[in-house]
Amino acid sequence: MGFGAAGWGKGLAGGALTTVLVALGGFGFGALLGMLGAWAKIGGGRIARGLADGYTTVLRGIPDLLVIYLFYFGGSSVLGAVGHLFGATGFVGFPGFLAGTMAVGVTSGAQQTEVYRGAFRAISRGEIEAAMACGMSPLLRLRRIIAPLALRHALPGLGNVWQVVLKEASLISVTGVVDLLRESQIGAGSTGRPFDFFIAAGAIYLLISTVSSWGLRRAERHFSRGVRRA
Amino acid sequence: MDNSFAWDSLLDLLAGVPLTLRLTAISVAAGAVGAGVIAGMRLSGVLVLDMLARAYVFVFRGTPLLVQIFLIYYGLGQMRDVRTSVFWPFLRDPYWCALLALALNNAAYASEIMRGGILSVPHGQIEAARACGMSRILVLRRIVLPLAIRQALPGYGNEVISMVKATSLTSIITLMEITGIAAKLIAESYRAIEVFVIAGALYLAINYTLTRLMAALEHHLTPYLRERPKIAAGEPS
Repeated sequence: MGFGAAGWGKGLAGGALTTVLVALGGFGFGALLGMLGAWAKIGGGRIARGLADGYTTVLRGIPDLLVIYLFYFGGSSVLGAVGHLFGATGFVGFPGFLAGTMAVGVTSGAQQTEVYRGAFRAISRGEIEAAMACGMSPLLRLRRIIAPLALRHALPGLGNVWQVVLKEASLISVTGVVDLLRESQIGAGSTGRPFDFFIAAGAIYLLISTVSSWGLRRAERHFSRGVRRA
Repeated sequence: MDNSFAWDSLLDLLAGVPLTLRLTAISVAAGAVGAGVIAGMRLSGVLVLDMLARAYVFVFRGTPLLVQIFLIYYGLGQMRDVRTSVFWPFLRDPYWCALLALALNNAAYASEIMRGGILSVPHGQIEAARACGMSRILVLRRIVLPLAIRQALPGYGNEVISMVKATSLTSIITLMEITGIAAKLIAESYRAIEVFVIAGALYLAINYTLTRLMAALEHHLTPYLRERPKIAAGEPS
């Protein structure tokens, strides 16, 4: 280990970067799905609500690893079928990075749906009524009143989801993407020191989650300005 | 969907259900014991024990379960002392390593749930019990634990369900539970979607059953929250 020419420090740092990118991508994709799901559950018609309910129930009931397998192998077979139409033969590999990010996004989207839904319901009716009384259009209402207030209530929940996503991102190593965990596996294999490498990986995960929870606490403070505490 | 393939896959995957359930049951049971100890340490008021428990929870909740599994299964063998110890026959076996990792991980999460439950017991209740002359053990047994269990049950139920999902990671160290068999079937047939649907349905069925069981237990433990039975008119009350 270490950062020298023969050291693994650089590799591990690169792996950590990949892990953070997968987590960020998955979290962002999940945020889109979560907002869509929350909208469907709150304001959607019967079909949209049914779909959103089905989505959250199913995704919270099955293991993330299975979802990653679905996207990785399923994506490959879809690509293979498309390739077949154009005359290509053989196996077409689906990029593991994309498959992993999508899988993490879809699972975290189910959790984020509930977070956003709860945050929206925590906004007091009066605030929205006051905005309507001022003559704000629905879009302006969303931008000026609902989104900032919902974000304040959603932040603690989103912080929890982020920590889960960060740990879930480690599963992407099964698709061969060289993330932090995969890099430590490679290091462990070639040096014969698995204990040292997995301890190092664990420490880096702890570091990332500690730093991000510090950032989240600051963001919470920022968005809760003007809230009186008992 | 190809029916005969789906049927064969279902039969194959069903063979993995007992292992998934066994891993969950043993790790939840062992984890509960560990969680009780850790929650006790955190609430003991002894600074050293409190800090140790905090560090344990921080480490096990802050790192991915897969890292913990690898550390135990691959990592421990690096040390000579471990390889020559009496535990080596167990630590060499992926099944025991998986159980150890799952139980240690579960203990960290469950200890926080238990702690929350115990802290939720109103102070007045404990004072009243002390005023009645109950000993500390008796207060714990008759007042604190029954109230704490009711408070912690919903969170604990969620944790059990996440353990069912967590057992899927043991397939990476070669255990053939539902996900392990699913991965093998997908690799053999390249029919990811069919296999995924069937394996997912099995997990959903397990988790749905567990949710219902937990709800029934909660219903049983909280008779005072139920609606009172209506007494039909005309009957002597």
